[in-house]
Amino acid sequence: MTVCWILNESMSTVVVLSWLAVNFYLFIDTFCWYAEEEAFFYTRVILGSTLAWARASAVCLNFNCMLILLPVSRNFISLVRGTSMCCRGPWGRHLDKNLKFHKLVAYGIAVNAVIHIVAHLFNMERYHLGQAKDAEGLLAALSKLGNAPNESYLNPVRTSSTSTTTELLMTISGITGLVISLALILIMTSSTEFIRRTSYELFWYAHHIFIFFFISLAIHGGGRIVRGQTPESLRLHNVTFCREHYAEWEAAALCPVPQFSGKEPSAWKWVLGPVVLYACERIIRSWRFQQEVVITKVVSHPSAVLELHMKKRDFKMAPGQYIFIQCPSISPLEWHPFTLTSAPQEDFFSVHIRASGDWTEALLKAFGAEGQAPRELCNMPRLAVDGPFGGSLTDVFHYPVSVCIATGIGVTPFASLLKSMWYKCCESQSLPELSKMYFYWICRDAGAFEWFADLLLSLETRMSEQGKADLLSYHLFLTGWDENQAIHIALHWDESLDVITGLKQKTFYGRPNWNDEFKQIAYNHPSSSIGVFFCGPKAMSKTLQKMCRLYSSADPRGVHFYYNKENF
Amino acid sequence: MGQIEWAMWANEQALASGLILITGGIVATAGRFTQWYFGAYSIAAGVLICLLEYPRGKRKKGSTMERCGQKYLTTVVKLFGPLTRNYYVRAVLHFLLSVPAGFLLATILGTVCLVIASVIYLLAAIRGEQWTPIEPKPKERPQVGGTIKQPPTNPPPRPPAEVRKKPSVEEEEAATAGGPQVNPIPVTDEVV
Repeated sequence: MTVCWILNESMSTVVVLSWLAVNFYLFIDTFCWYAEEEAFFYTRVILGSTLAWARASAVCLNFNCMLILLPVSRNFISLVRGTSMCCRGPWGRHLDKNLKFHKLVAYGIAVNAVIHIVAHLFNMERYHLGQAKDAEGLLAALSKLGNAPNESYLNPVRTSSTSTTTELLMTISGITGLVISLALILIMTSSTEFIRRTSYELFWYAHHIFIFFFISLAIHGGGRIVRGQTPESLRLHNVTFCREHYAEWEAAALCPVPQFSGKEPSAWKWVLGPVVLYACERIIRSWRFQQEVVITKVVSHPSAVLELHMKKRDFKMAPGQYIFIQCPSISPLEWHPFTLTSAPQEDFFSVHIRASGDWTEALLKAFGAEGQAPRELCNMPRLAVDGPFGGSLTDVFHYPVSVCIATGIGVTPFASLLKSMWYKCCESQSLPELSKMYFYWICRDAGAFEWFADLLLSLETRMSEQGKADLLSYHLFLTGWDENQAIHIALHWDESLDVITGLKQKTFYGRPNWNDEFKQIAYNHPSSSIGVFFCGPKAMSKTLQKMCRLYSSADPRGVHFYYNKENF
Repeated sequence: MGQIEWAMWANEQALASGLILITGGIVATAGRFTQWYFGAYSIAAGVLICLLEYPRGKRKKGSTMERCGQKYLTTVVKLFGPLTRNYYVRAVLHFLLSVPAGFLLATILGTVCLVIASVIYLLAAIRGEQWTPIEPKPKERPQVGGTIKQPPTNPPPRPPAEVRKKPSVEEEEAATAGGPQVNPIPVTDEVV
């Protein structure tokens, strides 16, 4: 278990380091090749070292553009997770870091693009200078090649009278290069965190400029501007000797005029596979869109939360997974992710959606959640569902002791887990290794507890019926209240049932003191492996990680807290 | 797409264009390209644009994430009043700044990006958006005793209720005069 966990936690580092290593390898290998290869000797006379910089960054760009579409092909990832043996269980969770990887590759593209563009700016300038009236020596001789009928040219710029800008805009490579750079910049400026938070639709629609990006990328090399000496010409024309005797090339038989040819465009070979894959992904999404989703129940909870029960053919899920929902009447192109809150054993699947942006607010209004009269089920807007995706939370059952902590709406994956536990208890199955589970739920307002109050109540009764009252120990924390609530709570302080939730377990007020909690848990289970699972804000995640490190004992036989870092 | 504040995207785009202009300008100047003086211009224009665009404007609805350390530039940008508040002015300014950089290959990307930013600002201006500085919230110091204007008018030791119920007019006047405390009944200090 421990070995698995160590490998698990370092997997992201391993992936990032491998990606960096491949990038460096491709860059340096290509750089050295172009810097030393004989076929490009004469090209280097005109361009200098910037030829190698431009080509090396181009290969890295090809590599990264190939990778960038893979992390966002979520159905493909699901397929890999489902079929591959090595991706079952804990390993499958790493496929969830897809968005982080997508951003990393995008930064890689940006860095390489800057190197590539700057290098080519120098190249254009040097080609232009090669044709200048005052160019002399080998440089001038090479630039003049191609003027006579049976010569192939080396310098793509043929006259000195036009400016470099005009020259650029006359080539396919130049125009497509400009389009690609523009597309990249527009995509990146509309993807900053601020824009994503304030206007998700702008980010989503602007991101589709990638279509122009890939089309231009495929034809970018079509100009065949990067030219090297042909192999036949290299056999006849000895560069080391002939470079001194450029004045006699036409005359002498020893040094026939060198012939050049352009490099075949290769970007399309790199990106064809992922582009086809992503096209299939979009086709699958639109097919999923056609599949019928029946809404069986709509519940409107306080604190602007909507619960939807749905049914779909052949839908199988595991606790902790999420689905993407699309509502064509609100927006035909947007899919938004929501964690599933139902258990696999139920015959429907459900989500709890909190209003926190344009789309979710529109959804709540469409389902009549904002105080209007309840609508008939047959009048509900149509929904499309894609998924389920994501790693399952079943790891919780593999630790002897598990601690699950959630804040606010982050309780949704754990709700699914607890329901699943409830069913397992009903069927009197013993959970594989789990002997004790601690569940902490921290909410800012009392209305939030109502979302799952009935779940907790039925769990409480079920556990005590089955004699497993010790299996689950849950603690609810309320961190916000007003004057009236405080008075009400104080008045009912001594009653046996909690005044807010109606449960036997009393609610605590204020934030949990993690030091005390972890100390108590470590004391209760002195030599166990304890899994800690969290869903909520980053700041608390850091605190909990610190607690896990602090209260794990140095003794290998002592208590160990394993923090499972996840975005559920 | 109803709630998009186009100025937010225009701001990001303009800031990016400023950086691209600076980079292109440095490449052209350092490499002494033909007509490299356009590169020098482009560095200056890029710096101006970055300084102008760095402080983010306040959103109409909701909270705005400030950029790191933007409050110093906010005070400067605020000084120009309507010139920086109005997005029509910004659209025209960016368009004019971008034109000279279009003559040099190294900075042409910056030109195109800046023109796009200018168009988005025009769209924002047409929709009536304008730049509002993000003001730091004034620290509210709790006014200790701010509601206490006058000393209590009837502090203890108070006479018994019967005497208090009918205060004579003179006693009331004396009591509320604000002068030294006048006791309704004589108080003797019995020092034993």
